[in-house]
Amino acid sequence: MGFFDKIKRAFTGEEKIETTEVTEKYEKGLEKTRKSFSDRMNELFANFRTVDEDFFEELEEILIGADVGYEASMEISDALRQEVKLKNAKSQGEVQQVIIEKMVEIYEKDNTEKPEININKEGLTVILVVGVNGVGKTTTIGKMAKRYQTEGKTVVLAAGDTFRAGAIEQLIVWGERVGAQVVTGKAGSDPAAVVFDAVRQAKKQQADVLIVDTAGRLQNKVNLMNELEKMKRVIEKEIVDGPHEVLLVLDATTGQNAMVQAKQFKQTTNVTGIVLTKLDGTAKGGIVLAIRKELDIPVKLVGLGEAVDDLQEFDPGEYIYGLFSGLIKDSM
Amino acid sequence: MAFEGLSERLQNAMAKMRRKGKVSEADVKEMMREVRLALLEADVNFKVVKDFVRVVSERAIGSEVLESLSPSQQILKIVSEELTNLMGGEQSTIQMAAKAPTVVMMVGLQGAGKTTTAGKLVNHLKKTQNKRPMMIAADIYRPAAIQQLETLGEQLDIPVFSMGDQVSPVEIAKQGIQKAKEDHLDFVIIDTAGRLQIDETLMTELTDIKAAVNPTEIFLVVDAMTGQEAANVAASFNEQLDITGVILTKLDGDTRGGAALSIRSVTGKPIKFVGQGEKLDALEPFYPDRMANRILGMGDMLTLIEKAQQDFDEKKNEEMTKKLKDNSFDFNDFIDQMDQVSNMGPLEDILKMIPGMSNAPGLENLQIDPKDMARMKAIVLSMTPKERKNPDILSQSRRRRIARGSARPIAEVNRMIKQFNESKKMMSKMTKGNFDGMDGMFGQGVKGKIGKMAMNSMVRKNKKKVKKKNKNKR
Repeated sequence: MGFFDKIKRAFTGEEKIETTEVTEKYEKGLEKTRKSFSDRMNELFANFRTVDEDFFEELEEILIGADVGYEASMEISDALRQEVKLKNAKSQGEVQQVIIEKMVEIYEKDNTEKPEININKEGLTVILVVGVNGVGKTTTIGKMAKRYQTEGKTVVLAAGDTFRAGAIEQLIVWGERVGAQVVTGKAGSDPAAVVFDAVRQAKKQQADVLIVDTAGRLQNKVNLMNELEKMKRVIEKEIVDGPHEVLLVLDATTGQNAMVQAKQFKQTTNVTGIVLTKLDGTAKGGIVLAIRKELDIPVKLVGLGEAVDDLQEFDPGEYIYGLFSGLIKDSM
Repeated sequence: MAFEGLSERLQNAMAKMRRKGKVSEADVKEMMREVRLALLEADVNFKVVKDFVRVVSERAIGSEVLESLSPSQQILKIVSEELTNLMGGEQSTIQMAAKAPTVVMMVGLQGAGKTTTAGKLVNHLKKTQNKRPMMIAADIYRPAAIQQLETLGEQLDIPVFSMGDQVSPVEIAKQGIQKAKEDHLDFVIIDTAGRLQIDETLMTELTDIKAAVNPTEIFLVVDAMTGQEAANVAASFNEQLDITGVILTKLDGDTRGGAALSIRSVTGKPIKFVGQGEKLDALEPFYPDRMANRILGMGDMLTLIEKAQQDFDEKKNEEMTKKLKDNSFDFNDFIDQMDQVSNMGPLEDILKMIPGMSNAPGLENLQIDPKDMARMKAIVLSMTPKERKNPDILSQSRRRRIARGSARPIAEVNRMIKQFNESKKMMSKMTKGNFDGMDGMFGQGVKGKIGKMAMNSMVRKNKKKVKKKNKNKR
């Protein structure tokens, strides 16, 4: 069943939506998110009589409040203006539908395939994990390692964060927890050398997955970004068509700066996917919609909680549905 | 540096207005729309934006502003004042307990930078206030969080108290403070685990620690890149813990830093410090008025001057001024000065503190290679003492020798000597009180005017200071 049908059915109440376990998790994780967002939406809908300029101004603010971003917010509100004119949409239901359809359209574009982690079927898969400071790179790597180990794969971790105090130890603890080997260098040493050793080691062991941790770096630090590029070059040299994935970890609480982060990291390391962490807070992470629209980087994984198995594959339908389901159900 | 995007947009909004001789209510409205969007794009909380825009509009539309001779400047003044208000008006410093030790708790979301900031803060206090600090590792959840604090302690030579990750944080905090008392340490910082403001169990843990140790300060550490969420997080932590202040981290990114503007008005609690770099001395007190000026592109000469005072050697400076005056400035002094400037931090950051420079066209592309300085130095060091003292004897053959000695092309040596001579000329003019020819330094047109305005107001302020000083002497 397509995602659109799902929403339409929810709207018309034709059919009950089957609630899978994953949906529940999303709903649970996004509950806080949804509440404030949809509450405000409902408030807005309840208040408006005629669709006038004030209404659009307020709508823009609400979307911006969800960190969707200025441009995407404007686009949605413009589409709504257009739609209202065309269809003479005045009822709450009609207006809501336009908003949701637009949100999904922005995210999905013409691409409905599920964004999965690219796994190298013949041999070693190398995953490079990058991002600014404190977004949860090392934790994400721990969770990913656990997943692959459970699937029966051999995982090697590379402690490429040689800068931050305690970062290597943190990865070692994760390695012990999930039973993955951790390749380390000395604190303060060249991370590219650690990567080199790790690739050699992973090849020797015939491991299935190598996940490379990197130090958090702000995207405007030229030297650090160059260092990152070097790490990527080392991987490219050692492994044909590697790295297979470059994952940018984004904190859901980050605002518009996430767009700049995505741009810069894409430029240096050709990011192939996003991991959106800390979605279990009240943050909305709406910026991923704008990032997808502008840079075409898909979200691949989401962090919905502290537990090891709270790292989930990203499903745009579930995400947007999770964001709006309160709204849809409430209006029924 | 932070706030650039915000600053650019705000200045553009103002610039439009400035071109008009007369300003109407509609113009103000139009400008305020731009201001509103600029703030929203910078992640300032939308409720805060609304209030801000309302207040500024009301003041700006007041008749005495619009009918004044320079309405646009008046409005710029209003915006700058309100921005300062938004960020808390006066600078607010760290409180110390009447009876030692002063206890400080660090709280915040995961990944905000609590541990690193704890290290920076004790380092700052040790250096500036001669405190004898200790750090308590109360993050028992994140793997290796304790090691991180211990490593920081080693780097800074500051004791760290930990009891492993099996004891409750409340107990660790209590015993840690006991230990600090025994060791006669006067400043204790408790590093707590990152947590979500909606996590009831962990929030209760914080209130328990608070009740047990009765801290003088509770600092909420907030990542400057946080979006609209910043207001919720701050409000929630404040409600549950009654925080005493905020430390903003990662301001060295290219974030627009809207969080700085939201938090104060949501919580009513001041921002006390900002973290702007990876190194352990990259923590600075927060000055709302200076930040407002920086955002509006009016520069921040005060910080620049203070930085200079802190890092410059007073005596050397006097000598230098004297040398400049009698035009005997030579290459030895040149090297001295270069060393002093590079002590102040990256040149790009320094330049941006000069009024009008923050948005000088092309400055964003200006990346000064730290090696350039080293190369220049190499050239000078390849000169003989005689040549350094007396640059006029640098003949072609001497220059060729210097180029070989410093492994730089001869063209570079020539260029550098030419630059030296020119700057020498300019500097001797300046010390004689002739500022002509410096106008061009601050960009052209409107931006230049802001620069001048700021420069003039600074000069006025300084004059007042001098007058006061003289009065006091009498």
